[in-house]
Amino acid sequence: MPEVLVAECPECGAEIEVTDVIEGEIIECPDCGVELEVRSLNPFVLELAPQEEEDWGE
Amino acid sequence: MSTDRLSVSIVGASGYTGGELLRLLLGHPNIEIKQVTSERNAGRYVHFVHPNLRGHTRLKFTSASELQPCDLLFLCLPHGQAQTRIDDFAALAPRIIDLSADFRLRDPTLYERWYGRPHAAPEWLDRFVYGLPELHRDEIRSASYVSGVGCNATATTLALWPLFQADLVDRDRDVIIEVKVGSSEGGNSPSEASHHPERSGVVRSFAPTGHRHTAEVIQALSRTGQVPPIHLSATAVELVRGVLATGHAFLKDRGLTERDLWKAYRAAYRDEPFVRIVKERQGIYRYPEPKIVAGSNHADVGFELDPETGRVVALCAIDNLMKGAAGTAVQCMNLMCGLPETRGLEFTGLHPV
Repeated sequence: MPEVLVAECPECGAEIEVTDVIEGEIIECPDCGVELEVRSLNPFVLELAPQEEEDWGE
Repeated sequence: MSTDRLSVSIVGASGYTGGELLRLLLGHPNIEIKQVTSERNAGRYVHFVHPNLRGHTRLKFTSASELQPCDLLFLCLPHGQAQTRIDDFAALAPRIIDLSADFRLRDPTLYERWYGRPHAAPEWLDRFVYGLPELHRDEIRSASYVSGVGCNATATTLALWPLFQADLVDRDRDVIIEVKVGSSEGGNSPSEASHHPERSGVVRSFAPTGHRHTAEVIQALSRTGQVPPIHLSATAVELVRGVLATGHAFLKDRGLTERDLWKAYRAAYRDEPFVRIVKERQGIYRYPEPKIVAGSNHADVGFELDPETGRVVALCAIDNLMKGAAGTAVQCMNLMCGLPETRGLEFTGLHPV
């Protein structure tokens, strides 16, 4: 049974549960969609990943 | 009451709201539609008026004078008519859901102020529960009489409700809402203004001030305490179905962040089956979008905080005929009759559309 890692999304506060991730991996918050980098596994820490602003052309 | 098959009739079923209600009820496993009325179309098959129902029913419209007793009566009459005949309707069914504006406001003076004439049955106003489950679920469960909701009021109230419920809004500053609405809000009676060459492509300010749904919003938000002046403006845009409400309110605590707002919206809507928080950092639909909810009973809400000024932009997208009318009415019927709240309302909408 893989270990379930839990952390709060630093953007929206959603509780994020993941398994089978490695340090440096980029994951998405299921609520706000922000990209998050796994900074460490023990303790499990997520940080906002650099994300380009969309140019909507409007 | 047995919940096997409830017999239900619709008074005034030839309009868009009545047609939407028929569509939903024909697919509802616990409902048997007994009669649908239309004076203009009495004797005609309903699918000649609502062509999407072709092959799904052989019902014919009847006159309201031929109505028989049933378990629940939906009233989809033009505003002002149900209040003059409510005693007659109540004699036919133990439960009534009126989708018009007649029984939405509790205060008869408020009704007269916003609708420009005295209410014909003010003694009935207290017997009705305002039919927005997100605010009145428990009262609706035990109610015999439930009002429908105004579509623009629903979008506005659901956009702003979490901010008021969590007492985050500066109640000394005015709240301004702009609603952009589709043409089906105007009903199926044509006018010069709705004539295709005139209506098509418009961005038409049709109620910059004085929109009647403002009264519903004030009544709904007043459940949280004193409400600041509410200003609602309505603009018709190039849509058939859909409402987008964009509200502007100011936070009383300038130290609040978007995470605090997330908390407030989650607290309000975490357990709501039809309300979704849409505030995404990726993808094309990052905020509520009416076309994504078309045909569904969803209300998509979102927000954004301007940290420079403390202004919150609160958004809500609904389908005016669904969450803004027939969908919410069916949701109320389910609650009143002890049925699962989402029954008959599971359609997720279309993409692309």
